[in-house]
This record gives sequence, C-alpha cells and structure tokens, in this order.
Amino acid sequence: MAIKSKPRIKAPSEAKAGEIIEIKTLISHEMESGQRKDSTGKTIPRAIINTFTASFNGKPFFEANWFTAVSANPYQAFFYKASESGEFTFTWKDDDGSEQTATAKLTVA
Amino acid sequence: MQLRSWTPSRREIMEVGLASVLAAALAPRLAMATEETVAAELKKLYGDKPMAGGKIKLDLPEIAENGLVVPLNVDVESPMTEQDYVKAVHVFADGNPLPQVVTYRFTPQSGKAAASVRMRLAQTQNVIAVAEMSNGALHTAKAQVKVTIGGCGG
Repeated sequence: MAIKSKPRIKAPSEAKAGEIIEIKTLISHEMESGQRKDSTGKTIPRAIINTFTASFNGKPFFEANWFTAVSANPYQAFFYKASESGEFTFTWKDDDGSEQTATAKLTVA
Repeated sequence: MQLRSWTPSRREIMEVGLASVLAAALAPRLAMATEETVAAELKKLYGDKPMAGGKIKLDLPEIAENGLVVPLNVDVESPMTEQDYVKAVHVFADGNPLPQVVTYRFTPQSGKAAASVRMRLAQTQNVIAVAEMSNGALHTAKAQVKVTIGGCGG
C-alpha cells in the first residue's frame, strides 16, 4: 500500500536555545508484515514503511529503520535539541519506493 | 444399518493417544525467531564484540493484553555531545517470526537518545536492546513481555 494519508505531527512551535523538545509523529499505514495469509492460504506480501527520517534545516538528525514488527499506523516519538529557528522535514519511505513528507516550523527565542 | 457399540480396549486407547501426540509433534509450526537468531543478527552487526549492561532503560509493559500494539520506549543514558553520543540502538524480539523490531540512528542534535514506537509481539518473549556509543562501546538490556493475545495475524 502506498502512503496515502496525511501524517500527523505534534511538535512545539517555539523553544529556547538548548532546550530538548519531543516530537511525536503518526502516519496511517497497514504495515503488512508478510506473515499473514489470505483466505486462499496465499501469503500476503510484505508492504511496510521501512525508513523514517527527521531533518532540521536540511540536516538529518534522527532516523528509524522500521521492520515488520512495527505496528500498523506507525507512531514514532523522538527528541531534538533546539539551537536555531528553522523547519523540520519528516520523511517516510515505503517498500514500494514512494515517499511522503511533512514539515513543521520551529522558532528559537 | 445397525449401530454397534464399541468399547475400546486398553491397547486401542494407548494407540490413539500415541498417534495424536505424534501428529501434534509433526504438525508444521510457524518458524519463530529464537535467542540464537537474535545472537546471529547481533554477530552480523558487531561480530563478537563484548557488550556491557546498564545505560539502557527499556520501558515496556510487563503484560501486553494486545500483542498488536505494544508500546516500546528506549532511553539510553548519554551526554549526547559531539565527543560522546549514542550512534545507534537496535531492538530485537526473540519470539517473533523475524527478530528485528527497529533500529534508531541518533546524532548529537537528537539531544536525547530516546524514542518511542509501538510494536507487534507474536507471543510472550524477551525484547532486547543494544546501543552503540560513538566510541564503539556496546551496551545491552533485556526485558520480558507477557503477551495475552499474539499480534502476528492468523
């Protein structure tokens, strides 16, 4: 299944310099494990999002490689140490080669 | 047609019992990861490098009612500076069809080597985390999760 839905991001829009902020992301995806069988007994092929990347002002700072054990509609929470104002880019890469991105702005006072 | 009552002899009961035990033992079982498969995966990643305990906090439910969504939080103690930070964290489950769960890559900008995800666990099993520090040191932690309803379809 290609990624269709709009991902959801929960991140503060403002932070102090040096503050460590938590970012929570959620995306709709079946995360088909490749372990299930359909009604005819045929194995349903694996189709998951395998990589999630978080960048700030174009610089990647966190990556998660997801395997088939990650639940459907994957949730990922992680941290970032704020230093300057800018924009986050989050990227989800699907097994089928498709990608989805989302952005969030951060102002550092 | 006439129905005949049949009283099985002791010998017949033993034979039927033995046959069903054999059938159960020979029935194809879903291949599952084991402690050995996890160890093999780790060997592929880090060879025979020794691993220390401590530094990793694995936050997992003791009992997961639903194996389809088990919250997993890993937190590795580190100053997260350019000189000393956590490079990667690998999480494995030793009773799932495949041992890998998730691999995280951190940078000093992560601020904190911690992340949360939700995972599927097929049965009661151990969750193992291995952290690779920027100086190459390895740390590991293990926790058992009891699963009431497995999460791997079927």
